[in-house]
Amino acid sequence: MQNSKPEKLKQTLTGYIAQAVYPVVFLGEVFSAKPRLARRKRELLYYLDLCGVKSLPVVIIISLLMGSIIAMQGILQMRKVGAEIFIVDLVGFAVLKEFGPLMVAMISTGRAGSAFAAEIGTMKVNEEIYALQTMGVNPYSYLVYPKLAAMLVAIPVLTVFGDAFSILGGMILSTSACDITPAAYWARSTAVLNGTVFMLGIIKSAVFGVLITLAGCCCGFSAEGNAQGVGRGATQAVVASIFLVVIADAVMTLLFTFIGY
Amino acid sequence: MRNKIIEVTQLDIGYDNTPILCDLDFDVYEGEILFILGNSGCGKSTLLKHLTGLYQPLRGDIKLRNKSIVNASGQEKNELYKSFGVTYQGGALLGSLTVAENVAFPLEEHTSLTQDEIDSIVEEKLSLVDLTGFGNLMPSELSGGMKKRAGLARALALSPDLLFFDEPSAGLDPLSSSALDRLILDIRSKINATVVVVSHELDSIFSIADRIIMLDKERKGIVAEGEPHDLRANSSDSWVRNFLNRNNMR
Ligand SMILES: Nc1ncnc2c1ncn2[C@@H]1O[C@H](COP(=O)(O)OP(=O)(O)OP(=O)(O)O)[C@@H](O)[C@H]1O
Ligand SMILES: [Mg+2]
Repeated sequence: MQNSKPEKLKQTLTGYIAQAVYPVVFLGEVFSAKPRLARRKRELLYYLDLCGVKSLPVVIIISLLMGSIIAMQGILQMRKVGAEIFIVDLVGFAVLKEFGPLMVAMISTGRAGSAFAAEIGTMKVNEEIYALQTMGVNPYSYLVYPKLAAMLVAIPVLTVFGDAFSILGGMILSTSACDITPAAYWARSTAVLNGTVFMLGIIKSAVFGVLITLAGCCCGFSAEGNAQGVGRGATQAVVASIFLVVIADAVMTLLFTFIGY
Repeated sequence: MRNKIIEVTQLDIGYDNTPILCDLDFDVYEGEILFILGNSGCGKSTLLKHLTGLYQPLRGDIKLRNKSIVNASGQEKNELYKSFGVTYQGGALLGSLTVAENVAFPLEEHTSLTQDEIDSIVEEKLSLVDLTGFGNLMPSELSGGMKKRAGLARALALSPDLLFFDEPSAGLDPLSSSALDRLILDIRSKINATVVVVSHELDSIFSIADRIIMLDKERKGIVAEGEPHDLRANSSDSWVRNFLNRNNMR
């Protein structure tokens, strides 16, 4: 039976609309499902390991480099006005407010976000999602909440490491490139930086963690049921996560600036 | 009068508004072993997914124990699913869990049994499908037939009384396949379970099916319904007779 042209057009259009509203449907499913995290210790540990412990080395290396890059660029400019000690402020605030949370979010997007999408997409191909349903287990609850909980713990903790190692990187570079002693660097750091700035960065990172997880899972659930579909889902997850993280960052930065930080 | 477990009325099913099977009307009775057969791609797996409430039909209704599964909420479906055992064509084992953890999964979800009790049930179910000793392997380390049998063990974990099997014996050797037949008979006699099987195994059909439903891709619907020996001998439809006589024609 061949479909007529208007019929085909209608189908294509409804297809596009369904795709466009899917994130809303997905969020509805997730938030109406019960988390039941107490039963999910095994999954929780697995994702803590995947998103937290296994990401730590990359976070440390990138943060060290990132901190020294910021310091290097800063020193070049500060030299012009002979105010090299302000490099401490620059590195400290840039890292705690922006680069710490953002670098960790980018690393986690690549590691966790795409892995979530690929995992759920593959489960769809293998009919595992159906199997969960007919076993009376809500797939949204089983597949999203453990990841969300693990990311909510892992990302802020990674950000603490990211902050610390970025500042260390900045310190190593500035103390070797200018005549700032490590003691002077540390003294200046503790004088200008405060707990609130640090905490606001951690809050940012937690928001990023939620966005990355939801984007990854949503792209997994909406992936087409074949190998290419899974690949596209993983790619989409990365693109969507980066987009959401940057938008959320802009909004939160505005908000925090507005309240005086 | 036997109890109707499943009632299908005027059901149209398909993908993207294109029907693949139309106007299906049939019942499944308590304690019955019903086989659904038909040519490849005619929509047997799709029908099974509708019967288990995974897909929304284009039209019509499916009642399970007098409650429509088409209009059921997620919560209501989850209640129904506790008495379901479903297997999928490819096994559909959870890839992140071992075989034993897969079989234990429904028990952990829906019962408050202790770990020891769960372990002994898992062992029992694995031995039913001849997979004793394979519990610690990951699904990716199993052959296709083993995956199917592990899926079967998982479907039986909660001793459900309504079973849906999608081609459980495809890919099994004749001995395993006849062991599977005995297993199905055994489950039925023990807990009076109702079993709906999609299968092409004529040997199984003639030895254990109480009733069969035959679907045809061309005619998009049920072309015959009844007792298999009777249909083979007396069906007025030559397509049906040929289908069931495949062995005799060789
Ligand atoms: N996800 C899907 N989207 C669109 N069409 C599909 C989808 N899955 C299956 N179909 C189509 O629906 C029809 C029925 O498929 P189904 O898997 O139910 O067949 P089947 O009877 O189980 O076949 P087999 O005996 O080979 O397993 C096929 O023609 C197939 O092309
Ligand atoms: Mg099939």
